[in-house]
Amino acid sequence: MSVAQRILAGDVRAVARLLRDIDDQIPSARNILKELYPHTGRAYILGFTGSPGVGKSTLVDQMAMEYRKQGLTVGILAIDPTSPFTGGAILGDRIRMQRHFLDDGVFIRSLATRGHFGGLTKSTHDMITVLDAMGKDIIMVETVGVGQDEVDIANCAHTTVLVTIPGMGDEVQAIKAGIMEIGNIFVVNKADREGSRKTVRELRNLIELGLRRTGDEQWEPPIIETEALKGKGITELMDAVERHRQYLLENDRSQWEAVSQKRAKTQLLETLREEALAELLRRMGKRGQSLDDLVRKVAERQTDPYSVVQDLLQCELR
Amino acid sequence: MADERKLRILIAKPGLDGHDRGARVIARAFRDAGFEVIYTGCHQTPEQIVSTAIQEDVDLIGLSILSGAHRYSFPRIMELLKENNAEDITVIGGGIFPLEDIPKLKAIGIKEIFEPGAKLEDIVQWVRTHVKPRKAMVA
Repeated sequence: MSVAQRILAGDVRAVARLLRDIDDQIPSARNILKELYPHTGRAYILGFTGSPGVGKSTLVDQMAMEYRKQGLTVGILAIDPTSPFTGGAILGDRIRMQRHFLDDGVFIRSLATRGHFGGLTKSTHDMITVLDAMGKDIIMVETVGVGQDEVDIANCAHTTVLVTIPGMGDEVQAIKAGIMEIGNIFVVNKADREGSRKTVRELRNLIELGLRRTGDEQWEPPIIETEALKGKGITELMDAVERHRQYLLENDRSQWEAVSQKRAKTQLLETLREEALAELLRRMGKRGQSLDDLVRKVAERQTDPYSVVQDLLQCELR
Repeated sequence: MADERKLRILIAKPGLDGHDRGARVIARAFRDAGFEVIYTGCHQTPEQIVSTAIQEDVDLIGLSILSGAHRYSFPRIMELLKENNAEDITVIGGGIFPLEDIPKLKAIGIKEIFEPGAKLEDIVQWVRTHVKPRKAMVA
């Protein structure tokens, strides 16, 4: 059996190793992805974002359990940061997902950002392709929990869940651009904490002010209060996800098509950017031109980055 | 333009004891050495550990033990790795072991045992020397 056939048959070892090859940017992994791509597009992709410590892993864990009760299979990608100093990482999200470790219907993979910004890894789109091809019904992506600007997940998921907790910020936080704009569903987790009602109120005002994603006026993002550790509010959150899915599918699936296009465009552009750069560097190498040389010349102000790039493109893209 | 392959390591604590300071210290040391460390916390069964190691495609499993549970859990983990065609994953142990148990553990395929007092840099060096990130699935 070929690797692609093993993946389509749900072989966990093959899936795990292919994900590794993708993450390490092994060129042969691309050929396997080519074979898998026609078999994808079936899975529903859910993104979870929000600051560190708001309880994203616990929510993902609870929802995975509920989806399993419904007989659906689940893939989880859990992203944690890479150290900018050593390149190492501690990936600890599985701690909160232990009850699934022996369930064949759940596949969990921990990923390190490896210097990629935006909340995902370079490899996230391709990894979703693999989990989709292996037959997972629901794929949950937990972004790295940092920053106000990690909005890549919105180009990757059908439904983006923005998780916050009471007392995280004030009204100014709530009207800043970026992460607050990408939620299709808002969750106020740890809702037993003081100030939960106030947080919900602030979020509601924000939504009513019309600061929601452009072109999405039909969908009013719901705000769900949860206590993930106790499983409270999970049913309501699951209902909200289902309502959002239905919303994407209604009216001749126009919203659904829009999300599919957005996902395809992001994946295409990212792949193009990566491959074009790799090809350019390869061609430079072939001609004996060294990147280090160019870097030195720019650093010493013998030339500038703009001229170098212009020259390179003129020379290589002829 | 392939990145350098990252060494992926699972640090796990089999058995019932809830003291994971040593495990966290070694996880941190491996992180500082530039490895990707999957940390699952305490109270892991051999089945959970092997299932995690396979899903995460790790090169090395580091088992931390204080309680004496190694006599059951280590052989079981080695069995399960074999059953899953995953014997290529290196397994090492750290913690407190009766001296007479160490040769027995090595006989079932545990590559190295580190006792209390082992220097972090020595453990990291051992890993660098003995464990290489695995090769791509298709050349």
